[in-house]
Amino acid sequence: MTVVNQEDTSRGSDAALRMRGVSKRFGPVQALLDVGLTVRGGTVHALVGENGAGKSTLVKILAGVYRPDSGTIEIHGQRYAFDKPEQALAVGVSMIYQDLDLAEDLTVAENVLLGNEPRGYLPFTIDRKAIVAKTAELAKSFNFDIAPTAVVSELSVGDCQIVEIIKALARKASIIVMDEPTSSLSETEVERLFEIVRRLRQRGISIVYISHRLEEIVGLADEITVLRDGKVVHCESVTKLDISQIVRYMVGRELKEFFPARDVNIGDVRVRVDNLSSDRGISDVSFDVCAGEIVGMAGLVGAGRTEIARAIFGVDKKTSGSIVLDDEELSINSPADAISYGVAFLTEDRKRTGLCLELPCSWNVTLPNLVAIGMKNVIRPAKENKIVEDVGSRISIKWLGPEAPVESLSGGNQQKLLIARWLLAESKLLIFDEPTRGIDVGAKKEVYTLLNQLAEEGKAILFISSELPELLGIADRILVMRRGRLVGNLTTKETTQEEIMHLAAVEEN
Amino acid sequence: MRELLPFGSLTLIICILSVLKPDTFLTMENFMNVLRRSSVNGIIAVGMTAVIISAGIDLSVGSMMALAGMVGAYTMIAVGGPDPQGAALVIGTVVGVITGIVCGLLNGVLITKLKLQPFIVTLGTMSAFRGISYVMNEGQSYNVPSYKYLNEGIVLGIPVSVLIFAVIVAVASFVLKYTRLGRYTYAVGSNREAAFHAGVNVDLNLIRIYGLTGLVVGIAAMITTSRAVSAQPTAGIGLELDIIAAVVIGGASLAGGRGTITGTIIGTLLISFLRNGCTMLDISTNVQLIVIGAIIIAAVAVDQLARSKAEAGG
Repeated sequence: MTVVNQEDTSRGSDAALRMRGVSKRFGPVQALLDVGLTVRGGTVHALVGENGAGKSTLVKILAGVYRPDSGTIEIHGQRYAFDKPEQALAVGVSMIYQDLDLAEDLTVAENVLLGNEPRGYLPFTIDRKAIVAKTAELAKSFNFDIAPTAVVSELSVGDCQIVEIIKALARKASIIVMDEPTSSLSETEVERLFEIVRRLRQRGISIVYISHRLEEIVGLADEITVLRDGKVVHCESVTKLDISQIVRYMVGRELKEFFPARDVNIGDVRVRVDNLSSDRGISDVSFDVCAGEIVGMAGLVGAGRTEIARAIFGVDKKTSGSIVLDDEELSINSPADAISYGVAFLTEDRKRTGLCLELPCSWNVTLPNLVAIGMKNVIRPAKENKIVEDVGSRISIKWLGPEAPVESLSGGNQQKLLIARWLLAESKLLIFDEPTRGIDVGAKKEVYTLLNQLAEEGKAILFISSELPELLGIADRILVMRRGRLVGNLTTKETTQEEIMHLAAVEEN
Repeated sequence: MRELLPFGSLTLIICILSVLKPDTFLTMENFMNVLRRSSVNGIIAVGMTAVIISAGIDLSVGSMMALAGMVGAYTMIAVGGPDPQGAALVIGTVVGVITGIVCGLLNGVLITKLKLQPFIVTLGTMSAFRGISYVMNEGQSYNVPSYKYLNEGIVLGIPVSVLIFAVIVAVASFVLKYTRLGRYTYAVGSNREAAFHAGVNVDLNLIRIYGLTGLVVGIAAMITTSRAVSAQPTAGIGLELDIIAAVVIGGASLAGGRGTITGTIIGTLLISFLRNGCTMLDISTNVQLIVIGAIIIAAVAVDQLARSKAEAGG
């Protein structure tokens, strides 16, 4: 870490944090472009934006996880350039991530002082009593009700968050970043957290608060910065804004991307999902998909979109509900069952749940299809390669050949490989979960074209996406999920991004 | 092509020994001898290859071999008296092999149904199988003086044990390359979640792989019993490490998804020829341990280096 400029100390002394002109590129994706963020001391500053707008990238730069391509960070008037998270911590910037990173088997006190343990009398030892005493003192001074000797794995999520906060305080944090802190809290825990945030603010600590729940922000934050496509689109005091204005800033972009046209020829209902609930938090979801129809599914991260796909495909256990495909009720207990009925699921994380990266392309394509292509007992590699080559050329995959390992392909081509898998399976219902994530614009267009082709062939398609323009451009109908429930079933032509975002993000009381 | 490196090393060792000891090393008799000695390890290594490709490990093979041999020999004596003959030997052989299968299936079921790590499960069964072998005859062996065929028998001029080894190698190569079981094994080892999402019944596949490993261990157990004309509860102590070494030298990855039967055979022969050569050159068994240890590490290190270079280049 280098202190770049020491002259600035007198100016902007009321700003605890000032980031200026921050840009960051990941490969072809411009994650942030010339972003500024100013947080005054002792305020709560909300950072909002759609999925992928650049919020996480921005705060990771602040926390020293990423290095910006350009731009400056000033903390209490002092300029810094962080190489490592420890450097940000040392000058009082603490991050509390959505999935908390505590050492679960250690006690509260051990977590709070992890890496800063007071030394014992003997070399290489830790003064355990001092750890507990220090933590108890911190907790008491902020009025937190938590036992320093409790083991973290036995605490609720809300309590774990408090541990993170005490940890930040122990490091003398003056700026605390909270990433979606309420996403897994109960109502009472949310109330308590707000109370704590207000208490921290009173003590002069600045909070950068990232949330999708706009009604929370209006009640809690002092100021708000709205990011869209990696740029700041709005920044002002919260009291001057209402929720619908914030929503408009979040989504108000032009439909710049090109969406290929399609002959929409919607047939009879092919898929009927009734009262679907699962042990992963979705409840009573019902919808239809017709032949030739692309049904989009919108919602915030964690709203239960992927969980619907997982329940239909037999990954998660259904607790109630039925799925009917072509008038046949499906009894699905595993992906193998789902595939045998002609259901396909292109998962959102192709590296984790999609592909076997070191194995040949052809093996990956035929993996669920060996029985279907007549290789139940004996695999004939020559014929297999021919089949895979045919389906690959149908969607123009760029590869060295079907025998090349998957890891030698680009992200877009890996995605096409997975699509080829389900083309070969002649699936009737295809569920695509974020099929364009992490692939470049050209490949995106090809994926849209493929979706259109499949729909024209009369297949039923469920298309999950976090990008609203893409949903509006491709889907015939859009389902909106919030907190595990279906809260909207909209005809694309008659809806707007604002309406969808409102349904997805705003709690009705 | 992954086998190129171990194959080169094997050729190199054979060449060196042929030059140093042309009279004793480079003879048909010595080669058959090495093959015969390799057959037991090689047979088990075939099963271990499949297990390691599936991203698993089986530490219990040595103990399992002792137990299968003990049960087999016990059955022979129970059926045919103190010096069992003919049918009693056949029955005992079958029972011994079945014991191996049962042990293997037990490993597979524990791993998949209790969702435990293969290392832990087979560490446990390694101890348990060994314990049962000792308990069976209070630590004594079962002598079956007439059980000689699997060791001494010769068909078409080739020792029976070597023939069995060859058949198992051929079948296993076929299964891994040309059947769904083999394909699914690679897929599960490469990315278990992805295989599951592609409709592979991961649990069933793993149970089969561990069961088949039990089968080959059972066969190896009966060859070992025949070699000693007795089943010993101490058979195969430390064997699992030799086997794993052979598989790893052959290019398989303990992370799963990578490995071939050909590589494993080369790995097994490499270790056998090294031992054979060291003995001929009057290098003590203690020093042999050092040499083999160094070779394991060198083989994997060079393989890693070659792979990271290939990745950087591609």
